[in-house]
Parts: sequence; structure tokens; C-alpha cells
Amino acid sequence: MATVANVARPVRRATLQRAETLAGLAFISPWFIGFLIFTAGPMVASLVLSLTDYNILQPPKFVGLANYQQMFADPKLLLSLSNSIFYAIIQVPVSILIALTLAMILNRVGKAAGFFRTAFYLPSVTPSVAVGTLFLWLLNPRVGLINKGLALIGITGPGWTTDPNWIKPGIILMTLWSVGGTVIILLASLRNVPNELYEAANIDGASGWTQFTKITVPLISGSLFFVLIVNTIGALQVFTEVFTMYFGKQSSGAASSSALFYNIYLFRQAFEFLHMGFASAMAWLLFVIILILTVIQLRLSRRWVYYEGS
Amino acid sequence: MSAITTARAQSTTQPQSQVGKYVRRVVFIAILLFFTALFIGPFLWLLSASLKARAQVFNSDAIPNPIQWVNYVTVWQAAPMLTWLKNSVVVGVLAAAAVTISSAAIAFGFSYFQFRGRDTLFGLVLATMMLPGVVTMIPVFLVWNALGLVNTQAPLWAGNLFGSAFYIFLIRQFYLSLPRELFEAARTDGASYFQIWRYIALPLTRTALIVVFIFEFKASWTDLLKPLIYLQNQALYTLPRGLKTILDTFGNGGQMQWEVVMAASVIVTVPMIIIFFLGQRYFMDGIATTGLKG
Repeated sequence: MATVANVARPVRRATLQRAETLAGLAFISPWFIGFLIFTAGPMVASLVLSLTDYNILQPPKFVGLANYQQMFADPKLLLSLSNSIFYAIIQVPVSILIALTLAMILNRVGKAAGFFRTAFYLPSVTPSVAVGTLFLWLLNPRVGLINKGLALIGITGPGWTTDPNWIKPGIILMTLWSVGGTVIILLASLRNVPNELYEAANIDGASGWTQFTKITVPLISGSLFFVLIVNTIGALQVFTEVFTMYFGKQSSGAASSSALFYNIYLFRQAFEFLHMGFASAMAWLLFVIILILTVIQLRLSRRWVYYEGS
Repeated sequence: MSAITTARAQSTTQPQSQVGKYVRRVVFIAILLFFTALFIGPFLWLLSASLKARAQVFNSDAIPNPIQWVNYVTVWQAAPMLTWLKNSVVVGVLAAAAVTISSAAIAFGFSYFQFRGRDTLFGLVLATMMLPGVVTMIPVFLVWNALGLVNTQAPLWAGNLFGSAFYIFLIRQFYLSLPRELFEAARTDGASYFQIWRYIALPLTRTALIVVFIFEFKASWTDLLKPLIYLQNQALYTLPRGLKTILDTFGNGGQMQWEVVMAASVIVTVPMIIIFFLGQRYFMDGIATTGLKG
């Protein structure tokens, strides 16, 4: 009897193990199929396409690295890249600073915080096309609400939608309106900072600024770092609002170069001019840039991000 | 920072600081209201502009005089708004339902079962979150093109049948918090793996499923890029794609009927705001727990 039981058990466990493996694989199989068709396959395909001349209508023609060479000789590409980088460098720090300020304000509000949190987040659920349409007129130099507001305090507002130097700042103003998501992430993080730390700091007579730099910032550095990475990646890929405002059937004059962001140029190359090979090369350049930025930020984060318990 | 000081300094009781406290309080509330006005103001302006007569669209009156409800009738007649609205709802529901069910199933595979290579594969799931969409955009278009599905709505939602990394991650977190004994007991009673997922795991993680559904519906409702790439036929457009067309026809360089454009913008925006208010709790939970900004 005993021997039978001893033999039977491992066999049963092995069958169970096989059944579990099969069932597990069955549950994840949709992901795996999707990964092959929509991620891994396309990544390889876009790398291959970037070495070809391809317009969908004719079969791809192998051209080696010509697309990459052409990329760095294309003034419009360099312009779009520098536009996107300029935008990201200004927009990301400013948006995080504003979001942190708002989150700290909300953190002091108490019971009514829910109402204000909702108000701050409302722009983020507004469809980007509507945001672009709305801001096309809020930013209008003559009749827009922003310049009318500035006029009230005696400032002549700039040509937000017409002056090449002011188009990107105008776009930054627009995207700052949707800062609510970042506010909520930082607020959630602020709420996890134990109150005792501030109480102790108060007893020791630490000033508000010292408390901010020595307690608040280190304790929410994980979230700050997270929004820094995510917002940077997002900023480099900004598309819908700007496309809505300035790139329709008739692209407007100054904006067609000042607001030509990288993803907009990529979209036009791919789907308007059908330069699929060239656009694939552009996509890979962006991918490499984002990868490098992420690695740099991860490295730097080890120096200043504070993790509880480490 | 000063806000913190205000609250922290409450214990001090000198008379001057009492006055200072009230001054600070007033300044604090003023700042709060100022920001609230900045966030809410544009909506009110949009609503107001959409109800104005053409000659008055951009005057400074807060309340239109006369109130032109007819703008909404005009836009309804000038463009197939009802068709676009219907398309947006259908595509949004399909996209959200597909991604919710598939991600839940996949997350279950990555949490309940032990098998070799599982953690490596899950690492791969997480890695795909970092991949910018434009890298795969063109080949994915070619896949749909090869399937003959360009200029249909399928590419707008069918890809969701294969799950989405962020949501798989989110739902898996919920599954990991469920005690394993719950499932083992049902297994002993003869329930299949599918049954323990369907009748135990799914009902217990309803919140996570609603969060995923709402986020994906919002993503679908606001998307312009995919409709731009895949839809040529106006009858297939979703609302954002339709609004872009209205802007190009009635606004920019077009017929300058901005009151119509504004009315269309309101129509595109309002359903999302209603959904936001209904599902507010889920939005806030979703953002705070995953850092997903929608």
C-alpha cells in the first residue's frame, strides 16, 4: 500500500504541474500572439523597412543606410527634432513644478480637496482635438481670452499663433492646462509622507523651505522621477493637439515650421508622402533617443531617488 | 511650502501670528480659486462661444445675448454628427471591452499559474510599455493593410483583443492580493481553471476591471491618430476625426463659422465629462495606483 502511494504521488504532482503549465500558457496566449503580430514582428519589420525605399504601391527597394544619411541632411527633420527637444526641455520641468505646487496646495486643503482635484483633472479628460480647437482661439492674438486677460493688466500679448517665436510657448501653455494627471500622482505620493516627520521638524525649528527640501522632496522622489520619465517620453511624442491646430488641409504659414514636431513630421512622411522607409528610419531614431534618455535618467535616479527601507 | 508652514505653525499663539494666520489663509484660498478658474474657465468660455451669434463669437460677454441654440442644430445638419457619435460609442465600447477581458485573462495566467519562463515573459510584458508607439506604427498599418481592413473600424479596436501591458500589470497586482486558498478550494470541488477565473477572480476584482474599462474607453474616445491613419470614409469617422474635419471646413481658412466649430467641440467633450463624473472614483484610483495618466 505504502509503495503505491509513494509512486502515485509524484506522478500526480507531475501531471498537475503539466496541467498548470498548459493552462497558464493558454491564459497568456492572447498576449503572446499579440506580442508577435503587433510588437516584435513590427519592430523587426520597421528596422528592415528603414533600410528600404517603400511607398506601399511598389515592393520595397533595398537602399542600405541611405535613409539615415538623408535624415541628417534633411533640414526639416533637424528642425522637427530641435522643435520637439526644445518643447520637452521647457514643458517637462515647468509642468512638474506647477503640478508639485498644485499638489502641495491640495494636500493642505483637507476635505474640499476632492472638488479641486476634480476641477484640476477635468482638462485631462477633454479630447485632445477639442483642446487644440479651443486653444486655437484662447491663444488668438486679437480676440483670444489670454491676450484679453493680459491687456487688463496692461500687457500687450504676443502673437501666440502667428509669431514664429511665440508659437511653441503657446503650445506649452496649452499642454500645461492638462497637468492634472501629474498633480494627482504627486498628491497621492505627498499623502504617503508621514506627518510625524513634519511635526518633528517643527519641534526642531526647521523652516518651511528646509522641510520642503529635506523631507518632502526626498520622500516623493520616486514619484517625481516617475513623472519625469513618463512626461519626457510623452513630450517628445506630442502630436494630436498640435496637429489639430496647425496641420489641416491648409497648414498655416509660420506654424508649419515652428510647430513642426517630430511625430507630426514622421506622420506626414509616412502617411501623406508615403515615404514608409524614411519614416521607419525616423521612428528608430526616436526610439534610440528615448531609450538613451531613459537609461540616463535611470542612472541618475540611483543618486538622488530615495527608496524607503534602503 | 508656505502652506506647510501655515498649518505647522498653528501651535504658536502670539497675537501677531494670529493675524498672519488669517492673511495667509486668505492668500491661500485666493491662489486656490485662481487656479480653479484657470482650469474651469476655458470650458465655460467654450460653452458660451458655442451659443453665440456668428458676429459675437469672440466678444467678451460671458452670457451670450441672444442665446443661439440653433448652432447645435446647424452643426447637426452640416455634418453627420449622429453617425460619428454612434461610431465613437461602438468603437469605444468594443476597444474597452476587448482590452478588459483579454488583459484580465492574461493577468490571471501571469499570477495564478507557476510555470517555467513565466517571470521572463512577464518582464517582456513590462518592457513593451517603454516602447514608443511610432516604432511599430508603420508595420502595424501594413498588417491591417494586408488583411484588407484599412478603411474599416477594426484597426481601432481589434488589436485590443490581445491585451495591453499596462492593464495586464494593473489587474495582476489585484490578483496577487487574493488568497490562493480561495482558488484551491474551488479546484478541489472540481472547478476548471477557466471557472475559477470567471467565477472567483473576475467578480473579486471588479474595481480593477472598471478602472481598465474606463481608461481604455477614454483613450479610444479621444484618439485622433488611428482614425487619421485608418479611416478615409467619412461615414466611418469617430468624433475626434469628425471634429478635425469640421475645424478644417468651418474654421481655419474655411468658412469661418466658428460658432459651429465650438458647438461641435462641446458635443465631442460633454460625453467624456459625464463619464468622468460618473466614474470619478475609478479615475482617481486608477491614476494614483498605477501612475497611468489616461
